[in-house]
Amino acid sequence: MARTIDYRKILTEPLIRQNPVTLQILGICSALAVTTTLATAVTMSVSLTVVLTLSAGVISMIRRHIPDTIRLIVQIVIVASLVIVIDQLLQAYFAEISRALSVYVGLITTNCLVLGRTEAFARHNAPGPAMVDAFGNGLGYSLILIIIGGLRELFGKGELFGVQVLPLADAGGWFTPLSLMLLAPSAFFLLGLLVWAIRSLLPEQAEAPEHVPPLRAEPAE
Amino acid sequence: MAERDWNPWRRLLALPNESRTKTVIVAFLVSAVCAALVSGATVALRPIQAANRAAEEQARIAALVDGIPGMAAILEQSGGTLSTVVINLETGRAADGVTPATLDAALSDPANWTALEAGADLAGLGQRPDFAQVFFLREGDEVSLVLLPLSGQGYGGMIDAILALRGDMNTIAGIAVTRHSETPGLGGRIEERSWQASFPGTELRDDSGEMRFRVARGPSSGVHEVDGITGATRTGRGVTQMVRFWLGPDGYGPLLDAIARGEF
Repeated sequence: MARTIDYRKILTEPLIRQNPVTLQILGICSALAVTTTLATAVTMSVSLTVVLTLSAGVISMIRRHIPDTIRLIVQIVIVASLVIVIDQLLQAYFAEISRALSVYVGLITTNCLVLGRTEAFARHNAPGPAMVDAFGNGLGYSLILIIIGGLRELFGKGELFGVQVLPLADAGGWFTPLSLMLLAPSAFFLLGLLVWAIRSLLPEQAEAPEHVPPLRAEPAE
Repeated sequence: MAERDWNPWRRLLALPNESRTKTVIVAFLVSAVCAALVSGATVALRPIQAANRAAEEQARIAALVDGIPGMAAILEQSGGTLSTVVINLETGRAADGVTPATLDAALSDPANWTALEAGADLAGLGQRPDFAQVFFLREGDEVSLVLLPLSGQGYGGMIDAILALRGDMNTIAGIAVTRHSETPGLGGRIEERSWQASFPGTELRDDSGEMRFRVARGPSSGVHEVDGITGATRTGRGVTQMVRFWLGPDGYGPLLDAIARGEF
């Protein structure tokens, strides 16, 4: 193959410019659900990145021998098995965090992000680039999760990683926690603001409007 | 292709992807490898997970005892430790030859379980272990508090709890729910402290010895009831039946009688 592969581009592209969460709006269910604290967000990010990278590697390795008719089910079986193994590891070594993540680790299986990358990239590329691409996408997802998780924990509880950062009004400080930040809607608000901010900085990400409103509604005479 | 390849593996790989043989074989191989991986991880990690759950249960028991008013003072007097006893539910006495360490092994033997008849099986268990691990707190020679593990059928699955009884063996000192799968926000609220706070002081039996404890439908009305949870009638009934079964003659009844006779 004469084509050279730009690993650096594959790795950095999904961080902001092709970010799976903010540009492709993939995997937001878990992104919204597990970001109440930074610790769960980080664990979820690491789990997803590991699952994504390994499954991309495995699928890419057997990509020439996956029959087209059953390719989705083969991919899901591989992803699901990796997810169960990760879940078991978490239950064994990080019991606290595993309880906090509850069903969302299991739901990595159906995370569109994983299936999207294996279907779109790993199936057509060699294991090396496939794993780098998956790792980059995992990092992109992690970046968004950690930003949102950090903001929610900071403003919801005044803590980061469980350590009090802002002195609470209850304890004689000045900060009153915004309880809204601990509820699910705040994750939507933050994600929306983040998408808006990124698309303002990188206007090429904005989608073309689907409908053009009429210039002026002519009054019927 | 001049010569035929006799290696079956290479012949398989050379088949066109769309062939039926290859589809079936690939599906089988992928499933087999994944099944081995998943089973291996589950089996290899089970001891660590069991240890985690045991540690969690210990922490819950400690929290339960700490949460009972006046317990901290009593704990300090009695050295701050609970004694653990494995009892034989049949006789109500300490079990011969079964220690907390060997309890799991004993309970994995089906001979150590007793099938329950439909009429007696209030908690929906089907069968009951013959041995149970209970915790005593002593004040002088008297048992001042006993912690009894319970389990019973709730709405979404089994509920495991630990009930603390005062020295009179009739007054509840507290409850801790250690495991449940009730609906979050409805029956799942049984794990909340605010609900469990209505247990201390509740009495199990009336003066004639009749079991009267129940989870009310709504606010409690009397010394034998605890508050119900709106929208969780079946969870409440499950808790009622669980407590009634385990503190009745087929559960810890013989043990409670033995404690009342001063045998512990």
